[in-house]
Amino acid sequence: MDNINWELVDWSRAQFALTALYHWIFVPLTLGLSFIIAIMETIYYKTGDEKWLKIEKFWLKLFGINFAIGVATGIILEFEFGTNWSNYSWFVGDLFGAPLAIEGIMAFFLESTFMAVLFFGWNKVSKRAHLIAAWLVAIGSNLSALWILVANAWMQNPVGMEFNPDTMRNEMTDFFAVLFNPVAVNKFIHTITSAYTFSALFVIAVSSWLLLRNKNKLYAKYSMLVASIFGFLSILATIITGDGSAKQVAKYQPMKLAAMEGLYQGQKGAPLVAIGVLKDDNDPQPDKDIVGLEIPSMLSILAFNDPNVFVPGIKDLVHGNEEQGIRSYAERIESGKIAIDALAAYKKAKKEGNTEEAEKQLEIFKDHFKDFGYGYYYGKDPHTLIPPVALTFYSFHTMVILGTWFLILFVLVYFSLMNNTIERKKWLLRLAIISFPLGFIAQETGWITAEVGRQPWVIQDLMPAMVAVTKIETSGVMITFFLFFVTFTALLIAEIKIMTSAIKKGFNQ
Amino acid sequence: MFENLSYETLQAYWWIIIAVLGGALVFLLFVQGGQTLLNKLSGNENEKLILLNLFGHKWETTFTTLVTFGGAFFASFPLFYSTSFGGAYWVWYIILFAFILQAVSYEFRSKMNNLLGKKTYEAFLFFNGFIAPFLLGVVVSTFFTGNYFSVSKERILRVGNNVDAIISRWESPWYGLEALWTTDHLIFLQNIALGLAVFFLARINALLYVKKMVNDKEILARTKKCLKINVILFLIFFLFWLFRLMFINGFAVDPHTAEVYLEKGKYLMNLIEVPLLGVLLLTGIILVLTGIYKAWFTADENAFWYSGAGTFITVFVLFLVAGFNNTAYYPSLYDLQSSLTIRNSSSSKFTLTVMAYVSLMIPIVIAYIAWVWKSLDRHKYTEEKIEKEEIKY
Repeated sequence: MDNINWELVDWSRAQFALTALYHWIFVPLTLGLSFIIAIMETIYYKTGDEKWLKIEKFWLKLFGINFAIGVATGIILEFEFGTNWSNYSWFVGDLFGAPLAIEGIMAFFLESTFMAVLFFGWNKVSKRAHLIAAWLVAIGSNLSALWILVANAWMQNPVGMEFNPDTMRNEMTDFFAVLFNPVAVNKFIHTITSAYTFSALFVIAVSSWLLLRNKNKLYAKYSMLVASIFGFLSILATIITGDGSAKQVAKYQPMKLAAMEGLYQGQKGAPLVAIGVLKDDNDPQPDKDIVGLEIPSMLSILAFNDPNVFVPGIKDLVHGNEEQGIRSYAERIESGKIAIDALAAYKKAKKEGNTEEAEKQLEIFKDHFKDFGYGYYYGKDPHTLIPPVALTFYSFHTMVILGTWFLILFVLVYFSLMNNTIERKKWLLRLAIISFPLGFIAQETGWITAEVGRQPWVIQDLMPAMVAVTKIETSGVMITFFLFFVTFTALLIAEIKIMTSAIKKGFNQ
Repeated sequence: MFENLSYETLQAYWWIIIAVLGGALVFLLFVQGGQTLLNKLSGNENEKLILLNLFGHKWETTFTTLVTFGGAFFASFPLFYSTSFGGAYWVWYIILFAFILQAVSYEFRSKMNNLLGKKTYEAFLFFNGFIAPFLLGVVVSTFFTGNYFSVSKERILRVGNNVDAIISRWESPWYGLEALWTTDHLIFLQNIALGLAVFFLARINALLYVKKMVNDKEILARTKKCLKINVILFLIFFLFWLFRLMFINGFAVDPHTAEVYLEKGKYLMNLIEVPLLGVLLLTGIILVLTGIYKAWFTADENAFWYSGAGTFITVFVLFLVAGFNNTAYYPSLYDLQSSLTIRNSSSSKFTLTVMAYVSLMIPIVIAYIAWVWKSLDRHKYTEEKIEKEEIKY
């Protein structure tokens, strides 16, 4: 344990988390607002009603302010795989690089090129071309989300590949398996619809603020109408795919599921925690439990569609459970070490020209490859393979509770608009304003659940974070961490100030 | 279609794509060049706004090309991605940092309540305008002069101290910045010369772009004045770099044993042994010079396209010279045999094939970019035009 350079790994992770969390402040707004704007322009195009043009241009201005900073944080993320995770980049670059390149060629150019038309093309291209540009921006930004989420899903469930012992890396064998990875499909829809929800919350919050100030009431209400319908449909899709995601986590990442639910002791008919707290945060031994409201058998139903199915807990996964056919981490570590040693022996035999021995070692390696990543924990305490349970548990439940609230909010806003009582319901307008930052919290806690819950793996079962890093001085990573922290924070403050000024001006600009 | 190609052909094909993206990127750096001339070319806020909008309408294309260049390198030559980005850490992060600042500066500069003030965002644009061309030029020069790193794939089998398990290691404590002060064989001079050449070329292309797109007497007069010094400096640094390149030790690869060895005048030999490269390089340089000539001595507004095309072709060829004809494109001075070649650093045949299909989209991308540029730039940039725009920087 002593000779592991934890600090370097920790700082590298911190930097990635920082850039990802900052990036995800701005991106969801881009993903959703681009569609909201395209919808508004479509209504304008169909009806010719100038009111919709005015409404669209207001949101377009806010969209532009937000877009710039999303791009600024995004460029770091793209290159960070190389700068800070160089071993990862080699080990899986053959698969992981492709979605990133496709993202650039297919999505980023589409988005950035037609963005110019959307912003500066008024009166320079035909109305129809302008409308198409608006939709292409929306499609382009959402396509870029597709490819990066395909890449992320692959890390959670590596498919469509084979390890090549001669090049010492994983190589792609089936592109469509990577693209249509069940985790990818679900993750993509869950993530983008949650982003649409967030954008709808933004439009509703800004409009509520204007209504409370008696400004641009008509425009604000029309904007809210579009946003409440768009938001309602989006959150429904988010909830449905959330359920799908949980099923996949249960299948591919049982430890993450156990952490999400704070489930230490596995059981048949496992209950779902509706709301609750973990009993003891500081206890290093995994025998904690939950205090709170639980729904009996619900976790088994949600995860496996069957109230009687056994859901493994953290203890079962670490120590194994013979009855359920779960191997202990100690066994998997042993097996992973055998894989690593066999690969070394294979390389040696090949160098010496001993084909027979090489083939024998290769067979051993293949048999144990699925535990490859565990081998790096040889001689270490298997408990280090448990992700931070409290952070995963609370993040997950915060996300779920907030998601449910948003569904209610969209319904309330819609019906208040329909019976024209929204202006009188000051409490609802205030709640709507508060819900925007809550939406941000739901977005970030969702990502924290997904990414913290899968620790220590950068690639599930194959590569832990500590082996994935770049070998540089820890102080170097600390410098870039703080540099980005200060820069992004300053830019965020600037964006909020500029945005607030633009909102204050309202639609009359 | 691509399935029938050999692994070697696919590797070469992808190196050509990388060269195309590299060439396009350096051409598009005219946006950066323009950012360093905002104060020089403008006398008041209105004139500055003309220039800000002129270059501001194009910055995202350059930015996206850089991102795609990185992504394409990752997909096709992942060992370069992990070795160079992870190793030359400081150089790449300074470049990336400059692009972060650029991304917000156009949008935020003229907005009310922007926290840092106009001057700061202009300074950010200048910083990006200088740093990006200069350091990208330095990085490209190290493709010929070498870097300090080692690569050993078997390190990944080391269990215990996990930092030892890292395949690519930078062996200089300066993580890439040493390219600016390594005195052996005057490497630093060579690298800095190309950095400055790219910077001045970016400015020349920017000036030619202003000449083509702006209709404002004052700005045009300043443009003309500004051109001379930038041309002279560009020629000094570029010719110095190119002349030395022909005679320095190059990093040759034995095609049979894959052994890397030093060969005097290797890059000149590449131009001679593959005559197409020599001819293309000459064509590129002549086109740049023609562009400069037209801008300097004639009223031809298309000078920009000559120098732009010349820039693209020249950089394109330089990438090919670095990697083709049995040459190691990312050489290691620390351990010659760790040098990266097209062969030893590429993705698998399957991935290159998939990506080759993806590359078929590139012409479509170029076509719609051309359409958008044409549609939006039908009229010249003037004070009146900017004033009339509803959404502007």
